[in-house]
Amino acid sequence: MLTEEQAWKLLDEVPDPEVPVVSVVELGIIRELHCRPDGITVVVTPTYSGCPATEVIGLSIRETLQAAGAGKVDMETRLDPAWTSDWIGDAAREKLRAYGIVPPDGRAAVGAAQPIRFVRKTLTCPRCGSTNTERLSEFGSTACKATYRCKSCLEPFEYFKPI
Amino acid sequence: MVATMTQQTTATPEHIEYVLRLADNALILGQRLSEWCGHAPVIEEDLALANISLDLVGQARLLLTHAGNLEGKGRDEDQMAFLRVERDYRNVTMMEVPNEDFGRTTLRNFFSSAFQVLLWEKLVKSSDSELAAIAAKSLKEARYHLNHSSEWVIRLGDGTEVSHAKTQAALDYLWPYTAELFAANPTDEAIAASGVGPAWSSLEAAWEGVVLPVLGEATLVVPARTPFKSYGKFGRHSEHMGHLLATMQYMQRTYPGAQW
Ligand SMILES: [Zn+2]
Repeated sequence: MLTEEQAWKLLDEVPDPEVPVVSVVELGIIRELHCRPDGITVVVTPTYSGCPATEVIGLSIRETLQAAGAGKVDMETRLDPAWTSDWIGDAAREKLRAYGIVPPDGRAAVGAAQPIRFVRKTLTCPRCGSTNTERLSEFGSTACKATYRCKSCLEPFEYFKPI
Repeated sequence: MVATMTQQTTATPEHIEYVLRLADNALILGQRLSEWCGHAPVIEEDLALANISLDLVGQARLLLTHAGNLEGKGRDEDQMAFLRVERDYRNVTMMEVPNEDFGRTTLRNFFSSAFQVLLWEKLVKSSDSELAAIAAKSLKEARYHLNHSSEWVIRLGDGTEVSHAKTQAALDYLWPYTAELFAANPTDEAIAASGVGPAWSSLEAAWEGVVLPVLGEATLVVPARTPFKSYGKFGRHSEHMGHLLATMQYMQRTYPGAQW
């Protein structure tokens, strides 16, 4: 059997399949670990409802823990409280930036139903540091990211949206 | 991921019906949006529509699982999604009408997400704790869908002559279907009294408060209300629903019980 500390450490090596520069622990989707003599229970809060990585993440967690001798791995999905990008820590945010993805700017919005129209955040290009950037789309290669482009170095980049 | 959301409940038929309406709205609109994959006007919007579709199908999975648990007959999300007959689907008719063009698709997303944001905001406080949890999660996603679609409605409506004409035609087509969202019915009355959620009719004024200013900014003219009524949420669908289901259910009907 593993100790909880060992299990946390192991899972901190499991990358998010879409953003492999951060681990599933750093993303904040592992909420609790409970070790038992014969196994372990992992409490997971998924990111987006439609995130195609969710099932792969579950599989990676299971494989990693079983390979380390954790015994029976039980996965529990917890929806409440809903996942928020606020759970991504500062160190992970810097890893995202270094990888070319601008981390969430500020806290997740809690607003009224009024749509925010044509309000753009000024983002800093993660490659050249220019603030001369523009948004191309509210969505990107995955729902959690928006697509931007830098008008100084002309490179595209992604923005991890606060949610 | 193995979801361990089993509940022993004594849900009323109205409660199950109400959750199914939410589930099927998400499922059927998600299915329609998936048709755009590889066909949108530009790659960025192709990705956006596919991502919105994924969010909606994800929400539908949670809601269908919940409806199956409330029903207590052992039906899982796949059986709910793929093995019901047309009359058992509870989405409003607006969700099933064809995409037609980018204008109609965008406008429907706008009407739908404006409604969902208001509804999820209320359902966060549902007496049904599972529904409240799904609402809190879906609300965050719906806000992004609303921002995305409202910007495009303005851009298309207040755009070129062609984009304006197409979006106005989409508005003329879709507007009569929006009335169904707010039509009073016994299910909603029972649900509002039970504390599970609001009667959808109670959201009409707030919905117009969100939608009308954007349509105005888009220089679109809102048609007058007519006696036209659609009845999708009661299971009486348009001629388009059968075709949609034939596509969506094809794999499960051809290979019953197939898993992937
Ligand atoms: Zn740059």
